[in-house]
Amino acid sequence: MSKRTPIYPRHESAGARLVDFGGWQMPLHYGSQMDEHHAVRRHAGVFDVSHMTVVDLAGDGARDFLRSLLANDVDKLRQPGRGLYGCMLNYKGGVIDDLIVYRTGQSAYRMVVNAATRDKDLAWIERHAAPLDVTVDERAEAIMLAVQGPKAMELAAPLLPSGLEQSAAALRNFACCEQDGWFVARTGYTGESGWELIIDDARAGLDFWDALLAAGVQPCGLGARDTLRLEAGLSLYGQDLDEDHSPLVSGLTWTVAWEPAERNFIGRAAIQSEQSAGPRLTLAGLLLEDRGIMRHGQRVFTAAGEGVVTSGGFAPTLGRSIALARVPADAAGHCEVEIRNAHRRATLVKPAFVRNGQVLVDLDS
Amino acid sequence: MSDVPENLRYTSDHEWLRLEDDGSVTVGITDHAQEALGELVYVELPESGSDLGAGDTCAVVESVKAASDVYSPLPGTVMATNESLAEQPELVNGNPYGEGWLVRLQPTDSSALESLLNAEAYTRFLAEAED
Repeated sequence: MSKRTPIYPRHESAGARLVDFGGWQMPLHYGSQMDEHHAVRRHAGVFDVSHMTVVDLAGDGARDFLRSLLANDVDKLRQPGRGLYGCMLNYKGGVIDDLIVYRTGQSAYRMVVNAATRDKDLAWIERHAAPLDVTVDERAEAIMLAVQGPKAMELAAPLLPSGLEQSAAALRNFACCEQDGWFVARTGYTGESGWELIIDDARAGLDFWDALLAAGVQPCGLGARDTLRLEAGLSLYGQDLDEDHSPLVSGLTWTVAWEPAERNFIGRAAIQSEQSAGPRLTLAGLLLEDRGIMRHGQRVFTAAGEGVVTSGGFAPTLGRSIALARVPADAAGHCEVEIRNAHRRATLVKPAFVRNGQVLVDLDS
Repeated sequence: MSDVPENLRYTSDHEWLRLEDDGSVTVGITDHAQEALGELVYVELPESGSDLGAGDTCAVVESVKAASDVYSPLPGTVMATNESLAEQPELVNGNPYGEGWLVRLQPTDSSALESLLNAEAYTRFLAEAED
């Protein structure tokens, strides 16, 4: 029996196409994945992401714990109300999960990790937290919504509890604020501006969902979430990231805090040697020049050697196929992708195709 | 409930066939198939003049979700393909039995058409698949 979020009754009554995702029954789309994608690029959309795992960490040992657990350094969060993106590594340097961690108090943090990796993440976190003065509290009952798009914050702000509206509107990227069981962060997974909200009370969350829709915000499913994040060049755990690959070969070197050198996070020794030797692979963007659609698992042939498509699909904003691919580190220029037994031409690009409604790649290259 | 027109023949792979006055056969995918695939973003069609055996891949339809082969239900020669689909693959979603047709074949043996499902049998097939 798959799990249902508190918003599930709304998905059902809206006639959403439902799919199983990481043990959750989630909306794939509410009629048209394409319309939902365009709504987020041009106007505003809301996603029910309550399936994601929210973990609160508190205690005098929380800071040291997270400085050991994560390849990024929570000491960058100089005061409460800031967040950062990073990876939790295993001892071999492979990515157990990618996540966002927010500092919510002097010795309090909130982590949001993936739904599909929940069990292994919690087991890993609890195992490493056990000897330390830190409590691990999963907020399984909370509603999490992502409101995204150029008009998202403007439309959602008046619907927030009074007092929260001003502080939410003032948030910079990756900053967060809290009030009366509402947590608002200026984060997202679409390449557009917007908020991710965690709402403790289910009734309040449902009312907020209804109010957003009444304000003209488009409900969006996991289908549009995937095409939006792919266009934005954002990684999906299980496809672009996994335990057999380090952040250095996954386009996430920027999330590794090497300094201070004495911070000995889990996986550091392994990725330090990989970094010294020079990572052999990287995560590149692919823009298909020929017709067809690139898909996960297809082979990529570059002048520097072979690679593989980690995420591929149709990019509605560009009207053609794009992909993320793990390729030799010095691959550049043109390449070929094996699509259904045929070799098709593609161009290697920086893996950010669309941001804030703007196309970032040269479609005529 | 998906649309299953009376005058067509069907396969268990969710293709439809229509016998034209000139003896050729038009092939497409059913309303059920387009609904299950989701919004189409790319359709690959065979070359006109190519010969297909029964069961050969005669088209590939790709949706936002996945790629799916369309198999030639009959042996024959490709007379024409729906060129509008290059720019507008979504025609298959909007009108799978009309503007969203895929391929027109000249069958080498059109008697095989009679052995395919009629509308009633296909409707029953869909109902059983849902149980």
